[in-house]
Amino acid sequence: MTDILSESSLVSALRAGSNDAFETLVRLYMARLLAVARRFLRNEEDARDAVQDAFISAFRSIQKFEAGAKLSTWLHRIVVNAALMRLRTKRRHPEEEIDDLLPRFAADGHHLQEPVDWRLSAEEMVQQSETRELVRKSIDKLPDSYRLVLLMRDIEEMSTEETAVALEITPTAVKVRLHRARQALRALIDKEMTR
Amino acid sequence: MSAIPYITCRELVDDFIARYLERTLSDAEASDFERHLSVCPPCRAYLATYEKAVLAGRAVMRNEESALQDAPEDLIRAVLSVARRRD
Repeated sequence: MTDILSESSLVSALRAGSNDAFETLVRLYMARLLAVARRFLRNEEDARDAVQDAFISAFRSIQKFEAGAKLSTWLHRIVVNAALMRLRTKRRHPEEEIDDLLPRFAADGHHLQEPVDWRLSAEEMVQQSETRELVRKSIDKLPDSYRLVLLMRDIEEMSTEETAVALEITPTAVKVRLHRARQALRALIDKEMTR
Repeated sequence: MSAIPYITCRELVDDFIARYLERTLSDAEASDFERHLSVCPPCRAYLATYEKAVLAGRAVMRNEESALQDAPEDLIRAVLSVARRRD
């Protein structure tokens, strides 16, 4: 929804408890919220459940929606939290470490294995289906504590503070994990790109 | 030859890169960073591939969003039916 007037009238109708307004909201934002949930949750059923939880939560808490805020931003936060909640209830295994994917250095601080640039630019990597798939699978391979920070900061473009609150960690921990997640992602892609 | 010691590759990679990308290096740190990069091809390659990984990651995941503009009717109906039951 781009029209501010129509967004504010939709919010008013939602606050008044209109079922039609809720249906409009669901139809407007379903695809977008489902895409976000799919990025966080690895299976379709969980993604659909998270979206359902998110809309129900939005429906219940529409009175808390602040005038002047954007519906899309508010719903985005709600679906991210719903997805995180699903992940928390599913997480049973201890987190894997990613030390093997972090760069190693000699005692004098030089690279143990000298990095070389990839032959493709970022744009070319996105254009080619093979590298696109490599990037997607590499993100998927990251342990959740790193993958989630990468998703929230780099893909969903949430702030360090918002990410820290949602994950119940400190802003410093968000920054450390983001850098390690990017390093690990770089290493996973590098293994294939420099073969 | 300058008397100022260069930061090491480890310092550049572990400590400076993330802050360089979020533009929070001090002027002195930014100058150390540039100075190291100007003489260290491996760190230039590391920075280039780190940035490519971030950019490609963002673009690939966001492209999937535009490719998946589906709003399954059964899910829409399920959401509406749960919401109406809780009215």
